[in-house]
Amino acid sequence: MKLLIKGGKLVNPEKQLLEKADVLVENGVITAMESSLSERDAEVVEAGGKLVCPGLIDMHVHLREPGFEHKETIATGTMAAARGGFTAVACMPNTNPVADNAPVIRFILDRAAAEGTVKVYPIGAITKGSKGKEITEMADLKAAGAVAVSDDGVPVHDAGVMRRAMQYASMLGLTVISHCEDKSLVAEGVMHQGYQSTVLGLPGMPAEAEEVMVARDIILAEATGCRVHIAHISTAGAVELVRQAKKRGVKVTCEVTPHHFTLTDQAVNGYDTNTKVNPPLRTAADVAAVKQGLADGTIDVIATDHAPHTVDEKEVEYQYAPFGLVGLETAVGLVFTELVDTGILTVPEAVAKLSTNPARIMAVPGGRLAVGEQADITIIDPEALEKVDPGSFAGKGKNTPFAGRKLKGLPVMTIVKGKIVMKDRRVTVSSV
Amino acid sequence: MGLQSKHMLGLQHTPAQDILTILDTAGAMKDIIRRDIKKVPTLRGRTVVTLFYENSTRTKTSFDLAGKYLSADTVGLSASSSSVRKGESLIDTARTVEAMGADVLVIRHPAAGAAEIVADNVRCSVINAGDGIHEHPTQALLDMFTIREYKGDFSGLKAAIIGDILHSRVARSNIWGLTKLGAEVSVAGPATLLPPEIEKMGVKVCTRVEEALAGADVVNVLRIQLERQKQALFPSLREYSRLYGINRERLGLAKEDAIVMHPGPLNRGVEIVKEVADSARSVINEQVTNGVAVRMALLYLLTGGEAVETAD
Repeated sequence: MKLLIKGGKLVNPEKQLLEKADVLVENGVITAMESSLSERDAEVVEAGGKLVCPGLIDMHVHLREPGFEHKETIATGTMAAARGGFTAVACMPNTNPVADNAPVIRFILDRAAAEGTVKVYPIGAITKGSKGKEITEMADLKAAGAVAVSDDGVPVHDAGVMRRAMQYASMLGLTVISHCEDKSLVAEGVMHQGYQSTVLGLPGMPAEAEEVMVARDIILAEATGCRVHIAHISTAGAVELVRQAKKRGVKVTCEVTPHHFTLTDQAVNGYDTNTKVNPPLRTAADVAAVKQGLADGTIDVIATDHAPHTVDEKEVEYQYAPFGLVGLETAVGLVFTELVDTGILTVPEAVAKLSTNPARIMAVPGGRLAVGEQADITIIDPEALEKVDPGSFAGKGKNTPFAGRKLKGLPVMTIVKGKIVMKDRRVTVSSV
Repeated sequence: MGLQSKHMLGLQHTPAQDILTILDTAGAMKDIIRRDIKKVPTLRGRTVVTLFYENSTRTKTSFDLAGKYLSADTVGLSASSSSVRKGESLIDTARTVEAMGADVLVIRHPAAGAAEIVADNVRCSVINAGDGIHEHPTQALLDMFTIREYKGDFSGLKAAIIGDILHSRVARSNIWGLTKLGAEVSVAGPATLLPPEIEKMGVKVCTRVEEALAGADVVNVLRIQLERQKQALFPSLREYSRLYGINRERLGLAKEDAIVMHPGPLNRGVEIVKEVADSARSVINEQVTNGVAVRMALLYLLTGGEAVETAD
């Protein structure tokens, strides 16, 4: 099977370059990248005026399977990924059972092989049951296919346990992904603590709850030599902590979500539970700081923290609703609308944060377009316009605060291992 | 002229003119309460349903009587006895009650925003009788009605709100209402019971109670919720009482004719001593009467009644 992508601008994040060339794909592998290629028996994809990018990788999603299939499954979650322009996702271990042992990792990989539309990289738990007490069999997890470890959503409270986990993960070359939140400072909080929480009468989650743990984990990373990746960074103080740590040479990286660079805690006005997310939507000053962090390279990755819930679960009192929103199908549009169109990031910088950097941090293939590489390719039309309509989402979760928002710059084709899985905003197949 | 909104969800978004309309109408309603036969046919055939997810004898009774004095049919639903216990969602419960023919739904709920969620999902009028620590507009309206009875006007008036501001929906609603009508509001309490950035609501923030009391025309003392003691937000009732309890000496810092208010129920000897609570300066019992009058005014106006000028 041959595929010829003609006339697009190739995005090469490593060289910060856009070059016009055609791409030939044969048997799932890129076999040629030159101008004016022709191939008689290839399916031709006209990509004039569009950006041909290395396949996007979302290193922070919740696929909810096993255990919470009413919210999302590996099948539906990877369809959402394909529609959002992602050729691979890394899924968090807070399933039921928790992905804290090799059989669960293998189950996820088996399901992904059978029903997944894009590639799935499971992330294993840091502690058994994500209970924060004993570290998991990380060597076994890695051998089964886990690409990193994390207790996302239930941060490791005990510093001694976290230190041990980092020593052990470091020995195995695994990155520790840390959801930084000191629960003792958050207590019953449901939104950012500040003027808005005071006015709305909602318990607040102070910025320092995130920053205290970011500081701790940077110190532990420095002490153990472990590679630590800070998940969904959201405060100005946390960005500054990472910036200073990187200057000292600490092996720390971090990610931000599209909602944290787009929305502020003002969005909670009216008690729309689709704005309830952890970490919470912060202030305008925090949004400015994460944008600065993206621009100066402090923030390496844009990841969605795609967290599907059902409508019934979300149509309740704000304090009772679960945390989380879906991000896979709006991420690229928000990156281009909020960051590229506004000049905060160049196209290659944006693609680096959506592809090259997550691939490097998790040590998985991809992140570059080159002859001989597997053909995971995302084509983005930077001029395409769309109003977000949750009804058109391929994923089960419709819990987005962006319904009705106008986006400019959208993924129009997703190619996984040489196969077109999304074309013109529609998922075309349901398994790889 | 009626009100701009068909709901009363809070004072943050209620225009000053509507607040004055309610207070004016409450004056006429108070005349009814003073009569021997406390009943007018105004709301005959109208149905008021109180939906209480939190226990509250006084607020619920106040709404019940307000409805009955106006000849409305009033029905109470408490969360402990209703289908809520069976797991029905708030929106479903509200829609069910509306389907039975409610004209006004009065809701008290422990979660902030509950009244707004209900209002977004029903066609009848909704009155917020307290939602979490967000707002309690009818309490603030009755406080303001009481203040106006004694002080005449709000502009330039100095009001001090003392106590657990963090967890107080009464404080929030009072701040919105009083500042809208030109009063200067100070809040005082232990640093751990002051919500972040509350100064942006337009109030002066004090950690020393004496500072807030100095020259005050109105002293509104909030209830210390004893159950909060478990969270150890302040060291002890003893220390609280020593630092913030309103006694004769502290009250001496306020203006000579200052009035003392309290939303009740009182913890005597904690946030207020007996000599103050039962003194001539205390208007606490008057607040309770005025609560019925203000709620009558709201029920009347929200069901389409025209504003009534106070007789005097």
